Amino acid sequence: MTKLGSAIFRRLVIIVPYAWLLFFFLIPFVIVFRISLSTTAIAQPPYVPVFSLADGLAGTMEKIRQLSFDNFTWLAEDALYYTAYLSSLKIATVSTLLTLLIAYPIAYGMAQAPRTLRPTLLMLVILPFWTSFLIRVYSWIAILKPEGLLNQFLLAIGVIHEPLIILNTNWAIYIGIVYSYLPFMVLPIYSALEKMDHSLIEAAQDLGCPPITAFWKVTFPLSVPGVIAGCMLVFIPAVGEFVIPDLLGGSQTLMIGKTLWTEFNSNRDWPVSAAVATVLLLILVVPIVFFQNIQAKADEQGK
Amino acid sequence: MKSLGNIRRSFTPWADPQSKPYISFKNVTKKFGDFTAVDDLTLNIYHREFFALLGASGCGKSTLLRMLAGFERPTSGEIILDGQDIAGIPPYKRPVNMMFQSYALFPHMTVERNIAFGLRQDGMPKAQISERVAQMLKLVKLEQFAQRKPQQLSGGQRQRVALARSLAKRPKVLLLDEPLGALDKKLREETQFELMDLQQQLGLTFVVVTHDQEEAMTMADRIAVMSHGKVVQVATPAEIYEAPNSRFVADFIGDVNILEGKVKSADNGRVEIASDDFTVRTLSDARQSAGSSAAFAIRPEKLRISRTAPADPSVNASQGEIWDIGYLGDMTVLHVRLPSGKVVKTSMLNAQREVENPIGYDEKVWVSFAETAGVVLRD
Repeated sequence: MTKLGSAIFRRLVIIVPYAWLLFFFLIPFVIVFRISLSTTAIAQPPYVPVFSLADGLAGTMEKIRQLSFDNFTWLAEDALYYTAYLSSLKIATVSTLLTLLIAYPIAYGMAQAPRTLRPTLLMLVILPFWTSFLIRVYSWIAILKPEGLLNQFLLAIGVIHEPLIILNTNWAIYIGIVYSYLPFMVLPIYSALEKMDHSLIEAAQDLGCPPITAFWKVTFPLSVPGVIAGCMLVFIPAVGEFVIPDLLGGSQTLMIGKTLWTEFNSNRDWPVSAAVATVLLLILVVPIVFFQNIQAKADEQGK
Repeated sequence: MKSLGNIRRSFTPWADPQSKPYISFKNVTKKFGDFTAVDDLTLNIYHREFFALLGASGCGKSTLLRMLAGFERPTSGEIILDGQDIAGIPPYKRPVNMMFQSYALFPHMTVERNIAFGLRQDGMPKAQISERVAQMLKLVKLEQFAQRKPQQLSGGQRQRVALARSLAKRPKVLLLDEPLGALDKKLREETQFELMDLQQQLGLTFVVVTHDQEEAMTMADRIAVMSHGKVVQVATPAEIYEAPNSRFVADFIGDVNILEGKVKSADNGRVEIASDDFTVRTLSDARQSAGSSAAFAIRPEKLRISRTAPADPSVNASQGEIWDIGYLGDMTVLHVRLPSGKVVKTSMLNAQREVENPIGYDEKVWVSFAETAGVVLRD
């Protein structure tokens, strides 16, 4: 390839991810943000003002003046939203930790498995994705309900004498989230552990570490990037999760995804639901950017 | 630095029947499934010795080292270190440290933390640790790199960190697995001598595994040449080179010409062998009977090339013609084709070569050697 050709090619390669972000993240976000500044109305679409190219400059300026942050003030004033955010964060945090506790040993076992067995194990981890997410969550209802499989089994072996109430509680949500997002935690941790040089463990043992200490001093720190990636892949969608709390959780379970759904569909209040979505995004994005900055600085200091 | 030559020259504990070995492998066998990596091996290594395990890949040398480190347990046999059977002791409790071929530096720790790792693990007081780490950094000349991470170092610097880390705990024995394998040629040669000086300074026992014969010859007090899980010969570099005990060792270490023939007569340590081109007369303590086949090994530099016939052309001499000439700078390699068609390799230092009228292609020459120049191989 010519020099010019390769320069153009390089540009193109860089442009693709930026273009993707622009069209599928930034522009939709601007639209949602604009709606969150609007006022609800009985119309189609159900809010005003609606911008149009026909307005002209003066008309557009007039419409911009109609935008307001009232919806955000409303979110701050009503305890419902505040509680829903907190409860979502709590549920997401707990389920992320539970997922980590279960996923780490699985990933570790996979990385320790004979090389020939690893593709099969990887396949088994990914296999549940081949069935629809919705069907998998529904089947948990059949397992968890009072007369469900789990209770029948526990009653039969005599561990319990009356059915456990799991369905429609937060426990059911934790189970649902852990189950659904487990592969997202296993895969990045596995990939971090798998590429680790085994002689590092031997070196640690050689220098006086019993195997468990060697794990905590060498293996675990080196898998932290995988753990962080896995936690983000689970935590972020879990905060906004709607299907699992709706199907498995009870009526008293308050999660922001459900609140958003109610605002959008039942109340037909697009502006408020857009504001809920915007705040949710900020809650997730700000800590991540902050964290990555710290990480980048730490890397920089190493040099 | 003070010359260490004198210490080195007089160091021969293996020749003294009174001295006790520091490390002993007694009938050690290690099997991986059906594969026997180490086969009924017995070997003694002495205190303060620089010992090299030399062999091609798969000969069992690394397995032997890993058994010493504790990463592998012998299938049978005993390994004694300083009077104690260490076969059942896990690696983290052994008074030996290893320098890994890949260096195995912890990527998430600075140079300083890497070196301090073993000391912290032992719970040494902080002040003492930093003192020891500073000492180690000085030893390997990396003082200004203490705060770097391994990935910010060059290959040679990483090698030094690995060395410092394995020495920090002052092990009884330092195990080195292909310590110079990843370095380029020039650096490797420098480092060989540094390692030797270091070993003398610290008075430690070093066991090094290598497939590089030059490396082993330069550094080691003694070399064990290994093949198929067995030790073929254990001797000083000079003995191994000058008096290989088998065709394998002769072939493995350096270049060699092997002349095959039948024993004509043998008495009182003198042997005469009739081979295709030469009548070989030499000294041998191996019992040879007349008529049996024998192989005589002679190094290229021990063969003399001349235009004129030697004093007695009937013994240890043959005519031939120059087949190939390779000029290597410090020396010239000449391949000579003998009447039988066999080509022998000879080499001569260019300091001794006639510059005015050098021997050229296709020239008829005499190839000859002294009675003591080669050895009769035992197998």
